[in-house]
Amino acid sequence: MRRIVSVLLENEPGALSRVVGLFSQRGYNIETLNVAPTEDPTLSRLTLTTIGDDKTIEQITKQLNKLVDVVKLVDLTEGSHLERDLMLVKIRTGAEQREEIKRTVDIFRGQIVDVGPEIYIVQIVGTGDKLDSFISAIGYAEVLEVARSGVAGISRGDKILSV
Amino acid sequence: MEKLSGSEMVVRSLEDEGVEFIFGYPGGAVLHIYDALFKSKSIPHILVRHEQAATHAADGYARATGKPGVVLVTSGPGATNAITGVATAYMDSIPMVVLSGQVATHLIGEDAFQETDMIGVSRPIVKHSFQVRHASDIPITIKKAFHLASTGRPGPVVIDIPKDLTKPDELFEYSYPETVKLRSYSPARRGHMGQIKKAVRLLLGARRPIIYAGGGVILGGASDLLRELAECVNFPVTNTLMGLGSFPASSSQFLGMLGMHGFYEANMAMHNSDVILAVGVRFDDRVTNTVSKFCPGAQIIHIDIDPASISKTVPADLPIVGEVSTILTEMLKQLKEENGNINSITEKNSLDDWWRQIQIWRKENGLWSDRRYPESDQIMPQQVIECLYRVTDGDAFVTSDVGQHQMFAAQYYRFEKANRWINSGGLGTMGFGLPAAMGVQLAFPDQTVVCVTGEGSIQMNIQELSTCTQYNLPLKVVNLRNNYLGMVRQWQDMQYEGRHAMSTYEDSLPDFTKLVSAYGHLGFEIKELADLEDIMKEAFSMKDKLVFLDIFVDPAEHVYPMHVAPNGAMNDMWLSKSKRT
Repeated sequence: MRRIVSVLLENEPGALSRVVGLFSQRGYNIETLNVAPTEDPTLSRLTLTTIGDDKTIEQITKQLNKLVDVVKLVDLTEGSHLERDLMLVKIRTGAEQREEIKRTVDIFRGQIVDVGPEIYIVQIVGTGDKLDSFISAIGYAEVLEVARSGVAGISRGDKILSV
Repeated sequence: MEKLSGSEMVVRSLEDEGVEFIFGYPGGAVLHIYDALFKSKSIPHILVRHEQAATHAADGYARATGKPGVVLVTSGPGATNAITGVATAYMDSIPMVVLSGQVATHLIGEDAFQETDMIGVSRPIVKHSFQVRHASDIPITIKKAFHLASTGRPGPVVIDIPKDLTKPDELFEYSYPETVKLRSYSPARRGHMGQIKKAVRLLLGARRPIIYAGGGVILGGASDLLRELAECVNFPVTNTLMGLGSFPASSSQFLGMLGMHGFYEANMAMHNSDVILAVGVRFDDRVTNTVSKFCPGAQIIHIDIDPASISKTVPADLPIVGEVSTILTEMLKQLKEENGNINSITEKNSLDDWWRQIQIWRKENGLWSDRRYPESDQIMPQQVIECLYRVTDGDAFVTSDVGQHQMFAAQYYRFEKANRWINSGGLGTMGFGLPAAMGVQLAFPDQTVVCVTGEGSIQMNIQELSTCTQYNLPLKVVNLRNNYLGMVRQWQDMQYEGRHAMSTYEDSLPDFTKLVSAYGHLGFEIKELADLEDIMKEAFSMKDKLVFLDIFVDPAEHVYPMHVAPNGAMNDMWLSKSKRT
């Protein structure tokens, strides 16, 4: 089962490597990983998605909690939550495809954020599924490059992950 | 406020922490610290002959005293040599603080001379690690390291100190913090009361209960409480390899060690139990055998300070997270409240049938109930340990290396007290025994300390005989010499049709008596059973000498019982070369 785990991490050198190292050391997999500072400069927020059965996920959260650099964590998939992944796609496009691509981007509520003589760069935000669907929807065009941010997530309502 | 250099702050912080010994080896990146140590003269430094031995000696010291062991090594090879000892301490949850030198800050990442990323290399085998960035952070970092190493589930902590931060000519205001708080670290102390009450009711309703107690009881200083609880409810007790000594072997309630080479009665009682009270254990694969077949009829109460140990391999029916000592204290209180007084508990909770069954198992195949090893013209390794037990009145600190001798020591030396049995249980580190014994002997100069070893293991850190000479450490070495890597040979006999691939030395072994005498010690060869006890007595009467006993034992002997694997359960055992359960 797919899980989204969000972690508040001490913004210290080496903290990220402890988290990533834990996953390889204990044979857990990471599907996506997203990490950036928060409004509190001493903390980073790391969100990762992983796939495992309940027992594995329980061990992952316990082992993460044991890391001294991990201040707090939450399994977002336990409750109602929002998740967003941001994707930038560089597409080669001749004049005859431009309109069709623009329409597809609109359907996915994306934006064309850069234009060149034969290039579009498209930005799409949404769940991983939505981003995958976009890629298959423009299967007729030549996708040159894809950059995804990995999933960032947050609980709905008044449930808060903070110190 | 007093002003000190970085290196002086290192030494002063260790002094203020109450450190009794530093085990280490100097080198370029730590020379400033060594100079400060030389000038202060306050903490004795034990110069080992290899950094691995420094960590094992600090580890032995920690296991015997309960206090964190302290190691000081240089960067690069000094740090990497220490790694095996750090991993050993990590696997057995031993408190240790390792200070490693690092190249100067401006050289980090440039592949400088003797540069190794110690933080990276040690990451999976430490409880936590720090690389100091500013010299003024040295005292608080050391305080944090000791706090982390010794509280919660203990473990090794590495502090990596770049050389430029220890410069003698740059001074900083020094004060050592009395306490430290880490917002992300607050190990559980008290167990959940609701869970404790449920556990007590489950215990009182049990008809075939057993207490399975491990190293956590020793680390948590809860041996007396364990005994009180066990006696209060009249339950049988088995110990893990790491837990030996947490319950007195002389008690009629003691079933011996459990697991791969555990006692028949212990493994049988576990397999047939209805309630297991697991205390400070981690359901290691060397205990459980095949997890899916583990103790099918038992409800498991699991007490541990580390939530990650709960249901890691075997699911716990009733987990209680917290300090073993506070939880056992609360359980005892609840037991008494529930029943008025202790007598009425044991009367009400009659376990007669269960104890009758255990006595039958004991009598059938118990290691201590009768001679359970074959007759031989040669000295049997078990006889050596039985003799050692008699000669030392069962009161020695016994360290061991890893292999058959370790299992024989665990089976036949009947430990009465906690912190007396010192071995590498989790990592299984050959070469651990001799340096660990040095650490124990330094902590307890007047006590008998013996290293039970084999000719394979002892050669992995034999250079430490020189350290023993330098510091006059009168420990005793009992070498069970069978001219094979005995445990490897046993597996090759049992699983590889007796093909002894690379498990023998083809007459290349040294004359150990000559070797130890070259280091200034005394050695005896023992080849006849008739000489064993007399020579051993003589050796142990020499209180101020290191004596090495090279004892020739039957090379063909195997360690039994032995779990049948793979796919066996707790009760599937080889009891001898031909007899199976």
